[in-house]
Amino acid sequence: MLKDDERNRGEEFLQVFKKGAEFTQELLKENERLRYRLLDLENGVTDGADPRVLELTRLSERVAELEREKQEILARIRRVEEENQDFAVRYVEIEDENNNLANLYIASYQLHSTLDFREVLQIITEIVINLIGAERFAVMLLDEKTSELQAVATEGVERGALPRVPLGQGVIGRVAASGESYFAQDVTSYRLNYESPMVCIPLKIKEHVIGVLVIYKLLLQKEKFLPVDYELFTLLAGHAATAIYSSRLYSDSERKLSTIQGFIDLLTK
Amino acid sequence: MSEYNVLIIEDSPTMRQLITFALKRIRGMRIVEANDGVDGLKKLSAEHFDLILTDINMPIMDGLKLVSLVRNDAVYHDVPIVVITTEGAQEDRERALSLGANDYITKPIQPTRMVELVKELLNIQ
Repeated sequence: MLKDDERNRGEEFLQVFKKGAEFTQELLKENERLRYRLLDLENGVTDGADPRVLELTRLSERVAELEREKQEILARIRRVEEENQDFAVRYVEIEDENNNLANLYIASYQLHSTLDFREVLQIITEIVINLIGAERFAVMLLDEKTSELQAVATEGVERGALPRVPLGQGVIGRVAASGESYFAQDVTSYRLNYESPMVCIPLKIKEHVIGVLVIYKLLLQKEKFLPVDYELFTLLAGHAATAIYSSRLYSDSERKLSTIQGFIDLLTK
Repeated sequence: MSEYNVLIIEDSPTMRQLITFALKRIRGMRIVEANDGVDGLKKLSAEHFDLILTDINMPIMDGLKLVSLVRNDAVYHDVPIVVITTEGAQEDRERALSLGANDYITKPIQPTRMVELVKELLNIQ
């Protein structure tokens, strides 16, 4: 009897335990269902928002993004414009440099294009008129025997009007003695004085001065000297001197050759 | 192939070389040189030129006489002429222009200015 009671109580306990387990299972399922429902509800809230507000938000973000891009592009344009300005300035500088080099090349080319003394003087005259822009000037050469400078080519000045200048005397003589160029302090206020030119450039082979180029007046439209003029003066100082010197040597040798040939012809006939 | 035929009439070889040097920077430029006005007229009669650059002070025939003759020629009546001279005075400029020159450049020439002027007269961009 007792054993039957114990068995019944045990079964009852098992029944209660089973029901408790089932209840727990149901609770868990319900909890799961409610969680899904909550998620659905949350999604439902979002889905149900005003589409115009959403579009406005999207567009605002897009505008901000485009604004950033615009600022970047504007900054790039400014950089490119600055670079363009630099290039334009550089282009003008290179163009000027190109012109200056062309002038120097032409002057040098022309000076060494002949061995005729008169032609060399003519070319120096052309360079001084056309490339430097002088109106009155002279080329004076040093007579080694008398140590005096004498004009051998002039433009806008009577050759006779120019004095013979002893080496070392006055502006011209000092330039020939020292080999240093002379430039009047103010070209615009310079007053014509044959003994004191506006510019005096020594014509020299290395340190040996063979003469000078003296300038008394610039062309009307030439107000001042430009940097390229000083380069031309430097070029003239050397190249004109060698051109004059070699043409003189050539003329002398031609003359001597002609004389010798005359003697040979006389002796062989 | 050259597109523009330009005649330079100038007695100074230095100036001729300087002008040629500058103008050859323009694409399609063919340059013919003449030593004086008479030489220039010979070359003008031998072929057609699109532009003439001439010095004023030249031996045999000066630039002003040449401008006057060219302007009276039916073939060259409208061809642009640029006068180059050492004179900067207004009266020389006016004289050259009254004879029919289109423009005037003074020595020492500015190559950049000359190139711009030639391009303008030949309608080169």
